[in-house]
Amino acid sequence: MSPLKPNRRQILAGLAASVAIPALPQLARAQGSATLTVATGPVPVYLNAALSTGGGEAAVSGKMMDGLLTYGEGMSPEPQLAESWEVSEDGLTVTFKLRPGVMWHDGEPFTSEDVRFSVMEVLKVFHGRGRATFANVTEIETPDELTAVFKLTKPAPAMMSALNAQESPMLPAHVYVGTDIQQNPANLSPIGTGPYKFVSYAPGETLVMERNPDYWDEGKPLIDQLIFRYISDGSTRAAMLETGEADLVGSSQLPTIEILRFQSLDGFEVNGAGYEHTPSIHLCDFNLRRPQWQDKRVRQALNFAIDNKWVAENVWFGLASPGTGPLHVQQKAFYTTEGVPNYDIDLEKAEALLDEAGYPRGEDGWRFSMVIDAVQYGEEPPRAAEYMREQFREIGINAEARVNDFAAYVKRVYTDHDFDLTSYTASAGADPAIGVQRFYWSKNIKDGVPFSNGSGYASDEADALLEAAAVETDLEKRKQLYADFQAVAMEDVPVIQLVYDAKKTITSTNVKDYVQGALSFFGNFADVHKDA
Amino acid sequence: MSLTETSARRAPVARLALPPWARFLLGRLGQALLVMALVVIGNFVIMQMAPGDLVTVIAGGADMTQEQMADLRARFGLDLPLLVQFWNYVAQLLTFDLGYSYRMNAPVWEVLSARLPTTAALVVLSLLFSVTIGTVMGVVSARRAGTLTDMGINAVALVLYAAPSFVVAMLLVLVFSVKLGWFPIAGLTTVSAGYTGWALVKDMAAHLVMPVTALCTFYVAIYARLARSTMLEVMDQDYVRTARAKGLSETRVIYVHTLRNALLPIVTMAGLQVSTVLGGAVVVETVFGLPGMARTAYDAVFQRDTTMLLGVMFVSSLAIVIVNLAVDLLYTVLDPRVSLK
Repeated sequence: MSPLKPNRRQILAGLAASVAIPALPQLARAQGSATLTVATGPVPVYLNAALSTGGGEAAVSGKMMDGLLTYGEGMSPEPQLAESWEVSEDGLTVTFKLRPGVMWHDGEPFTSEDVRFSVMEVLKVFHGRGRATFANVTEIETPDELTAVFKLTKPAPAMMSALNAQESPMLPAHVYVGTDIQQNPANLSPIGTGPYKFVSYAPGETLVMERNPDYWDEGKPLIDQLIFRYISDGSTRAAMLETGEADLVGSSQLPTIEILRFQSLDGFEVNGAGYEHTPSIHLCDFNLRRPQWQDKRVRQALNFAIDNKWVAENVWFGLASPGTGPLHVQQKAFYTTEGVPNYDIDLEKAEALLDEAGYPRGEDGWRFSMVIDAVQYGEEPPRAAEYMREQFREIGINAEARVNDFAAYVKRVYTDHDFDLTSYTASAGADPAIGVQRFYWSKNIKDGVPFSNGSGYASDEADALLEAAAVETDLEKRKQLYADFQAVAMEDVPVIQLVYDAKKTITSTNVKDYVQGALSFFGNFADVHKDA
Repeated sequence: MSLTETSARRAPVARLALPPWARFLLGRLGQALLVMALVVIGNFVIMQMAPGDLVTVIAGGADMTQEQMADLRARFGLDLPLLVQFWNYVAQLLTFDLGYSYRMNAPVWEVLSARLPTTAALVVLSLLFSVTIGTVMGVVSARRAGTLTDMGINAVALVLYAAPSFVVAMLLVLVFSVKLGWFPIAGLTTVSAGYTGWALVKDMAAHLVMPVTALCTFYVAIYARLARSTMLEVMDQDYVRTARAKGLSETRVIYVHTLRNALLPIVTMAGLQVSTVLGGAVVVETVFGLPGMARTAYDAVFQRDTTMLLGVMFVSSLAIVIVNLAVDLLYTVLDPRVSLK
């Protein structure tokens, strides 16, 4: 997964991929594929993912802007704006050779100065995850227009998984330099180098893009007009797909029951490929600030009371897989169950652990009371909370389930710390150092910050393993560090992993080739085409 | 309050010798201003009571650090004391500025003025259709009281009354879009087609048929029941009997003498409908993905977009106050017994 390998210089040239433009899509284009309409959810604040990591931004930004790299299956880095790259032996210098002849949509040439500006002055400053991704980058040298040299204080293997257009888009320096970057009008009418050019945006309603005829990847894109329509209601998105008003719904933005229906409906395709870059997990945090959750036997007992397989099959209707540890099953390079404590459902063991921890059943049959706070983000977290309530009651815990709207939830958990156990959905990141570490790292216990270390878990052992893994450039050693971390995290269980999300793209069958390696919905749609 | 006191206190106005209708209008405008002031204060207080703010919502979808969140709060003015925030808001309103929505990244008025026509069209069309269809049903029902027609109309009205608008909306989508393919589901226009002129009007009309229907059904039932009972009541009045005794034709008796008086409660109801229909529009605009004001309110609630929500509430309160004023004026036209005081 990581392209960083020590003790030898390595040059990854990707010219072959860019030369071999297959003739087939050209043919499809000749058959006519005028407009592709996407019915989608959250409305973006900007149309530019460099300024916000929100889902709305992520979905559209990469269509208009390119990144240095893109990722193939298994998260293998592939050239986009960078044609080749080279990592020094010590991992402290990364040199990118840029693609020549690339033009911004306004006709200016793309140069290494744009790379320096985008990373140093935008991504490092304004991008939520960019601060961490590029934390070790102190300087970017631009010896010539087509060479960008990243200077690092410490190796940053995770950085190499975060250089795609959705995560780290390249911005035109000539448009942004000397302006208030967050207020620049280009944030709402982007000028990129990407396959689609911005046409118009009615805030919260419709975003229209058109084919960039001068795209560097000759012959692409294959769609003339790309339209994003913002629709608040999932059932409406489903109906639009069914009547052909929309061609594609990505990132499982339909009610689960509708996804199941489309799976068996003629003329539609439900595809789970291309979400490697954005794996998400449904988790439950224990509030370790409260005394009864400080004893790890109590936390383990609750984990033993939950049947993750049942949850995956009955709450998520099989559109998710049972959780076994802090890393997502799609983080294939590091995910493991070997040596990681498992919690297959065992109510007797759960009761025994609770007795042992000093919480015997009282005269009324209850050991203690608790509330499970679920976030109202889709149907599933509240349903999962209801399931857990019943399971915990089986082992003598008087549990209640409570549903909070998003803003109230964030305040309750991260600002007020007024909860026992929560149920929510969060990204595991393209790399564990970006997505997973934040939930366990003691330095990420931050009041008021959503999806930081909400449980308040602080373990020297876990901290040390996470910090070592974040800068380890040897893939095998890094894998071992994450394996050890997974074992520690599951022994302590400050966080219960319910299920791993398996996101789906739902299209009508005439929509083809929207999956590009590790990216589909969040990719650039340069290859997508519609059969007549 | 005695008459003398009133005229003494209103002396300056009386000296201007304003005609009664102007004095009435001035008085009602004063009331309207007071109502709007209360609405503004009430809205602001309610907004502040909801847990969580815009920044927590934005940050929740976009991993942020404490510093970035603090920066945002400062940028949006959310870190200021409440009274200062309130004063800034009022000061903005006084210059007819509804503020800037950081969630939509656009001035509130820009968003609302683009969306107001959709909601207005929805409200006006549904008002028009529900009053007309409902009243006709009610009048027919009243004239044929006790017959099969009457019972049939009553049964239909009962079903329409009982069906919630979201159920009606979903059923319409299922039958007329998914199964029959007659009407488009979402939005106000076919974005990709780029229609202009007459084609655009037709396209918009096709997009509005189902939403207006979904919004109408409940009120059609209300007007039908209301028209039927008031018609029956008025038909028993002495002046109707007099009209009949004069030998006027039945049609004239019904439509001139009876209906005109029976319209009063319908006008009252129509005034109320304007205020309640906005609630129904939230559902309808959401289901049909219409770019309207009501759906903007719905989205703003979940995104804690306070400025946007305050803007929606201000504009809709204003609309309701104006409609109420219009209803009062319409009363005097319909019924000479109601005078301007």
